[in-house]
Amino acid sequence: MEKNQKLRVTLLTGRTIEQGVGKERGKSSKEYLESVSVCYMDPEDLKRLGIKEKTNIMVSTDYGSVVVKALKSLRAPHPSVIFIPYGPWANVIVNPETHGIGMPSFKGIPAEVEPAPDKPVLSLEELLVEQFGKKSK
Amino acid sequence: MELLIRNGFVYDPINGVDGEKMDIAVKDGKIVEKVNERKARKIDAFGMMVMPGGVDIHCHIAGSEVNSGRLLRPEDHFRDFERKTAVTRSGVGYSIPSTFTTGYRYSRMGYTTIMNPSMPPLEAKHTHEELSDTPMVDKASYPLLGDWWFVLEYLKDGKIEECARHVAWIITSTKGYAIKIVNAGGLEAWGFGGNVQSLDDQIPCFCITPREIIRGLCKVNRLLNLPHTIHVHTNNLGKPGNYITALETMKCIEDLATENKPIIHITHCQFSAFKGGDWRTLESGAEEIANYVNAHSHVTLDMGQVIFTDTTTMTADGPFQYTLYELSGNKWVNHDVETETSAGIVPFHYLRKSYVHAIQWSIGLELALLIKDPWKIFLTTDHPNGGPFTSYPRIIAWLMSRKAREATLKKINPRARSRSLLPSINRELSFKEIAIMTRAGQAKALGLKGKGHLGIGADADIAIYNLNPETIDPSKKYRIVRKAFKRAAYTIKNGKIVFKNGEIVKHLDGATMWLDVKVSEPAKISEDMRRRFREYWTVECENYPVTENYLEISQPINVEAKV
Amino acid sequence: MTVVKAVTCPVCGSLCDDIELTVEDGRIVKVKNGCALCESKFLGYNSEHRLLKPLIRKKEELVKVSWKEAVGRAAEILAEANYPILYGWSSTSCEAISLGLELAEEVGGVIDNTSVVCHGPSILSIQEVGIPSCTLGQIRHRADLVVYWGSNPWSAHPRHIERYTAFSEGRFERSAWKGYLNKIKASIVRKKIESAIRRVFFKGKPSAPSNIRNEPPSTLQKEGRKLIIIDVRKTRSAEIADYFIQVEPNKDYELLQAFRALIRDQEIDVDTVAGVPVEYLEEVADLMIRCDFGVLFFGLGLTMSSGKLRNIDAALSLVRDLNMWTKFVIMPMRGHFNVTGANTVFTWQTGYPYAVDFSLGYPQYNPGETSVVDVLLRKESDAALIIASDPVANFPKAAAEHLVKNLLIVIDPHMNATAQLADVVLPSSFVGIEAGGTAYRMDHVPLPLKKVVDPPRGILSDEEILRRILAEVRKIKKRRAEES
Repeated sequence: MEKNQKLRVTLLTGRTIEQGVGKERGKSSKEYLESVSVCYMDPEDLKRLGIKEKTNIMVSTDYGSVVVKALKSLRAPHPSVIFIPYGPWANVIVNPETHGIGMPSFKGIPAEVEPAPDKPVLSLEELLVEQFGKKSK
Repeated sequence: MELLIRNGFVYDPINGVDGEKMDIAVKDGKIVEKVNERKARKIDAFGMMVMPGGVDIHCHIAGSEVNSGRLLRPEDHFRDFERKTAVTRSGVGYSIPSTFTTGYRYSRMGYTTIMNPSMPPLEAKHTHEELSDTPMVDKASYPLLGDWWFVLEYLKDGKIEECARHVAWIITSTKGYAIKIVNAGGLEAWGFGGNVQSLDDQIPCFCITPREIIRGLCKVNRLLNLPHTIHVHTNNLGKPGNYITALETMKCIEDLATENKPIIHITHCQFSAFKGGDWRTLESGAEEIANYVNAHSHVTLDMGQVIFTDTTTMTADGPFQYTLYELSGNKWVNHDVETETSAGIVPFHYLRKSYVHAIQWSIGLELALLIKDPWKIFLTTDHPNGGPFTSYPRIIAWLMSRKAREATLKKINPRARSRSLLPSINRELSFKEIAIMTRAGQAKALGLKGKGHLGIGADADIAIYNLNPETIDPSKKYRIVRKAFKRAAYTIKNGKIVFKNGEIVKHLDGATMWLDVKVSEPAKISEDMRRRFREYWTVECENYPVTENYLEISQPINVEAKV
Repeated sequence: MTVVKAVTCPVCGSLCDDIELTVEDGRIVKVKNGCALCESKFLGYNSEHRLLKPLIRKKEELVKVSWKEAVGRAAEILAEANYPILYGWSSTSCEAISLGLELAEEVGGVIDNTSVVCHGPSILSIQEVGIPSCTLGQIRHRADLVVYWGSNPWSAHPRHIERYTAFSEGRFERSAWKGYLNKIKASIVRKKIESAIRRVFFKGKPSAPSNIRNEPPSTLQKEGRKLIIIDVRKTRSAEIADYFIQVEPNKDYELLQAFRALIRDQEIDVDTVAGVPVEYLEEVADLMIRCDFGVLFFGLGLTMSSGKLRNIDAALSLVRDLNMWTKFVIMPMRGHFNVTGANTVFTWQTGYPYAVDFSLGYPQYNPGETSVVDVLLRKESDAALIIASDPVANFPKAAAEHLVKNLLIVIDPHMNATAQLADVVLPSSFVGIEAGGTAYRMDHVPLPLKKVVDPPRGILSDEEILRRILAEVRKIKKRRAEES
């Protein structure tokens, strides 16, 4: 199979039971952070990228880029559709446009995925500093 | 605090006072014989009319259906809003005002007691949360019981006393005030999209008829000794030809009446007084209903008057609301409540030039004018179904002035005008009769001992209107009458001045009245009841009752049942 | 040791109220009847991430201060703000929400709840079309056709199917649970046989899964309750359904309109719609018309994907149209346990369910303008109070960027991303565990939230914190009025 370095996909964000369980333990809990800094992909798409499960990948949209860990989706097939649970990582790359009705677009966003084995998945603190800078008054 | 209202023309029909000039003394929230004249705060009511605070027996102001209506209709609120002031909260109107605004607007018209007529028991907490946020007035609510599975099952088995015990339990648990029946049996049928067409239709799966439900609950009402009668929205409401159903409903319990006392209240009767085979041939059935009511003493009614305006219809009658959606094509909300009831909401615009709407307008007034005894028919619009409660002053003007009626008749659909009975009716109501229809009669029908009159010991809920009965001819100067009733000169609640000079001067929380019905053997929360709860509802029985903390000011009324 | 019964679970919009908690020495040690989310909440809420002291940002760091100082600072920020935002509300009690509205009115701010980023479009569509709906018990007793669209109840509302829909016992409809068990057993056996065959004959890996391929709806021929899931991906819920329709991403609108056409007996001249063969859709549409009582639950899969409120318009219209044939109802799957309560209290006090602007002294409502994400994108707010929500983790970056530039007050039991960037952090007790109140289930049934255990020492409820801020704001305003 031909191996692409970049894959054009559709990004969905949403809820998972792991994210739900983690959230109730607190938004700073390890369970929560680990459950939302991941990206579920079709095994075929992983192959196309030439990577194994649990490799870091960079997901980019018109609105930003973020590094998350690729996981094999248990409910394939859904080729060219990737899924990131709701959370700070997903929000870096979702579409803020509300189309005049108050709600941004969290699902069905065109995105690109590329392997990023050398880039780390940032911790929440690092991510906040990267995105918003250091807060000081 | 003491208060002395001096020299007003007092209208207090319950105590036989008809426009006599006298003083009213108030102390600690009650009417008293006299107060210390030097200490008391004085209101000079010279040239004004003093009445008990207004009482509304039927207005949808709180709870899930009302709030769904608010949510459904932002366009209803955009142009009608109230700014926050130093004493009041902000809010919006028009046909479904937000809670604070509802309280303020009633107070502005001199009303002090209002009855919210349709409370799904499962959602009673919601109703009470909203009532607690409705200031300025005392209030109560009627739980919807005509399609409750417990009622259907006990009545089918002829277990009237067992039924009564459970009705007592649910009224007390939901902090309710009266038994409300809406399209008896029809709402259960609506659970699968059906309806009933007559008093003798079988309700699917329950082997019981509307007639048996109405009779059964009428007996239950007497066994429980409740202060109000059963409060009935008839079957077939809003359908041409339904005046026959209304007559049959009144007749079906005739034999249960004793001592010339009312045992049934037919609410918003206008919507149940349609004669004719279809919408094209629609006519008024007001005369037939009036004739029956004039000859019988076991019935009271309220008008359900229609106003030509844009409003929001909402009833527990799901199938009726669906028909209204089909007729109008307007947006439609349906909300069925498990094991109990349903609800529907459709925005509606009553147009002068529409034949049907104009006939409806006429029917309401015909009923009020053809029924001779004002103690039997009360002024309502079934707010907001016929129009918002803020239009009561217009109705008062129509009732008091033939000229006012003619002015509107001129503008309505010509075919409706030619069919209307109004041109043949000369009756013009007096201030005394208006006082009966807007407070005294309603309080009496509700069995509210401290309301609707100004006798010693009554609640000091008082309205003062800027009208001099000695100088004004309401028949000619109906506009002045309308204006005066729109904005009281003073509204006094619990002995405190809450509204004057066109402004709310004090934000005051009213009490929520409810019946604490004492039966000799109360329905127990047994294991059997718990099991039934789990089977019938999707909530635990512990979480079902409305606890008193949901009532901003709780006012239980003890009732000793005969069972 | 005491057992507290009939506890309402403060996690999702299903608001299960049959939870039994065992309490020992002021700690919850056992949860009965709850799902994984419920257990996680009741057993794990009091984690090491709990905030135990009010914090104020001094220089760069958040430092511990007294309640008096923190509340005073919060009140000062709000009283001095020109255009503050008060956001969150969906995970607190109606009593707290009510105080929040009073506070928003007092400071002339914009108050918004999380429905703006979940079912906001649903509400806008309801305001256009209306909604035929009911309470959940009605579905349990009567529904013989249950459809979930763009919603994954198994993960987001884990007991929804068991308590209220396909697997619940009703008066007129029985649970489909047994049939499901048989199906699972059969599928396990089938998988075993398949893998044995593969081992014997192919000695290799299972064959690669193909592209989206919808099966024919032959499984819908069965008697009794039927469960259909429609989604862009095969979720856990889809695996237990009688029939799963996989719709191509962003094609929900086409599929809904196709159903609308089909139930009106119109012909569709294409082979597939949104990746689904039309002949399959015809069978499903026929089932919708023939059922005695159908229900369509829809989730964020519809409100958030392309089309947004147009999707919901189509779904509401489809169900409304179906009422010409049979009884059919529709309900949004509300996420946070009291997001429905937030809409409800907002509406009775202001006339509007969310995105309410008090800056002119009366309620104004225009989502797209008065909604919090838009206010942030326009960079108009200068202060924000965030309660029971984590917008830095939930809002798109561009909106969160302006939010963290505001003077930021956070009321929350836990440290979260927003609190880390706040100027004042007010630690609160957990509503429904350490504080009582009221919440509204997704079908508008109000339920009491119980106080089961005491909060940590010195921790106040949302209600109490808001009451103190409101009192302090009024004092500041009075003082200012006297000075001028």
